Amino acid sequence: MLESLLDGIFNGISIGSVLLLAALGLAIVFGLMGVINMAHGELMMLGAYTTFVVQNGFKALGAPWSDFYIFFALIAAFIVTALVGLLLERGVVRYLYGRPLETLLATWGVSLILQQFIRSVSWQFAAGVGVFCLLFFGALWLISRRPDFEQIRGKAIAIMLPLSGAISLVVSNLLGQTYKFAVTLPWFGTQGVDVTAPKWLRGGLPLGGYQLPYTRVFIIALTILCLFAVFWFLNRTVWGLRIRAVTQNRSMSACLGIPTQKVDALTFAIGSGLAGVAGCAVSLLGSVSSNTGQSYIVDTFMVVVIGGVGKLVGSIVAAATIGIISYVVGSNALAPLVEFSPFLQGLLEFFATASMAKVFVFALIVIFLQFRPAGLFPQKGRTVDA
Amino acid sequence: MSHPSGALSAQPIGAGSDLMLDLTDLNVYYGESHILRSVDMGVAPGKMVCLIGRNGVGKTTLLKTVMGLLPTRTGNIKLAGESIARKTSDQRARMGIGYVPQGREIIPRLTVKDNLLLGLEARPKGSKKSQDIPNEIFDLFPVLKTMLSRMGGDLSGGQQQQLAIARALMGNPRLLVLDEPTEGIQPSIILEIEAAVRRIIQTKGISVLLVEQHLHFVRQADWYYAMQKGGIVASGPTHELSQQVIQKFLAV
Ligand SMILES: Nc1ncnc2c1ncn2[C@@H]1O[C@H](COP(=O)(O)OP(=O)(O)OP(=O)(O)O)[C@@H](O)[C@H]1O
Ligand SMILES: [Mg+2]
Repeated sequence: MLESLLDGIFNGISIGSVLLLAALGLAIVFGLMGVINMAHGELMMLGAYTTFVVQNGFKALGAPWSDFYIFFALIAAFIVTALVGLLLERGVVRYLYGRPLETLLATWGVSLILQQFIRSVSWQFAAGVGVFCLLFFGALWLISRRPDFEQIRGKAIAIMLPLSGAISLVVSNLLGQTYKFAVTLPWFGTQGVDVTAPKWLRGGLPLGGYQLPYTRVFIIALTILCLFAVFWFLNRTVWGLRIRAVTQNRSMSACLGIPTQKVDALTFAIGSGLAGVAGCAVSLLGSVSSNTGQSYIVDTFMVVVIGGVGKLVGSIVAAATIGIISYVVGSNALAPLVEFSPFLQGLLEFFATASMAKVFVFALIVIFLQFRPAGLFPQKGRTVDA
Repeated sequence: MSHPSGALSAQPIGAGSDLMLDLTDLNVYYGESHILRSVDMGVAPGKMVCLIGRNGVGKTTLLKTVMGLLPTRTGNIKLAGESIARKTSDQRARMGIGYVPQGREIIPRLTVKDNLLLGLEARPKGSKKSQDIPNEIFDLFPVLKTMLSRMGGDLSGGQQQQLAIARALMGNPRLLVLDEPTEGIQPSIILEIEAAVRRIIQTKGISVLLVEQHLHFVRQADWYYAMQKGGIVASGPTHELSQQVIQKFLAV
């Protein structure tokens, strides 16, 4: 009895901690900045693939190293996704501040691009993209140093875009013909890839009749660590103070001399980097494919919305609650409690699968939002307006 | 209305080129409504200039334009001879403009101390930023000393106003821009704020551009500009402020 309850709580917390880790970055990007980033899940996916690449690299290095690849993978995943996030903010999102619908559509488009990118990236593809970027942005950079840049900019783009496109196509085709499979083979392909947890993370912590897998313990610890890091960063550092100020009053912050564009870029990059860390954690739980991000995006938005936009504490409570409820309902842990009533037993039985548990949780969320539309901890949030 | 350099020639300091703030032919729109109509105005170094005019004539709009919160359609803005019309607000702040907006705009869910520390952001890069609040701030506004750990949003209006001025001073500005600092504030606090502003000008030699309705405060300025329907319609030294002008341009 007690054991099954404990079991439910532990499992719920471990599910919740994955959710929370995934939602933490979103709580910053959506909660603090008010930006709806539909590509958040794909940033997680990139983090997971980064883990895969780092793992393979360390496997080649051999014994002592391959056991600790996970720490390097966490850092690499953070850096890679933070950089992609930075690119996304500078290249797309910043032009759409204050226009949530456009942001949603644009970032959704980016999410599709990232999924396809992971499926089809090969040496040939990478070389093509590399050549294109080199030519196009290199030319723009050269031109931007001329004094009449503003006037000839449009013309330069019109010339350089097809030109560098054509050259990069030719280069990548040539590569494909010369080296054949060696360069055309996709790096990851459409099939999922598997990250194997390091040796010391296999097995589990015996807990009564049940084993708490070490990977889950690791993820719970990682989540707590990330939470503290985020709290520390936001509340104890100069950049954290700037972020909090810009979140609450953008135009006055600018008038005080805070570089708001830099703050936006940094905030977005950190939120994205945390998605990468979450992706790294998720890769320990199962195989990773280009769809991995999609299975998390809805849940993570739920966590942020239920918690109350702009409230990290709310997200924590919401993630744990959703995690515990889904586990308890999904595994039918409450069945022994309702043995007296066949009807209730039947009802619980009905919801006792993963997908039905999800339906149950969503139904609860819909009801909850009827009563508390602003979430558990409402506050006057800000949306970034340009 | 003559060009400010002409107008200011009556003042002891301030030929056109070495004005601290120099606005020429400023036209500003909200969407399609024309708010500022070819405004010319100047603030000489170390002087206090007051802009008066009835509600809704465009005084706040003018200050927001100076701060870069609103774009200019035509015209130029120069700070100490350098054009700032294309700089962003944060760049302007770091170039030495301290802004105290109408409504104070204290960051509500930051402590008074954090609000003050944000004032340091305007100091130029590389200048040593100690994370302490200099004593002169507390000399000017003693109330703030006891409230450092309170939330900015929990302060009274008068306290917030003092905090807003103190915050602007933290950045060591060359030009202090004040938008109705006495609005909705009891007379004794108004006197304190007035005295503080006077002391700032005397001890730090910074220039002040003030929007004000309170006559006693207006008279502290060296020079006034009167605004009507978005244009400057009168200007002169404040000791020449006639009863007629006061009645026409001050709401009180
Ligand atoms: N955001 C806005 N959009 C459109 N029009 C605006 C906006 N803000 C102000 N206005 C208009 O611009 C005009 C000038 O406003 P402004 O705030 O500059 O007046 P003011 O002189 O500061 O008045 P007050 O003494 O009441 O502060 C007003 O007619 C006002 O209605
Ligand atoms: Mg005003």
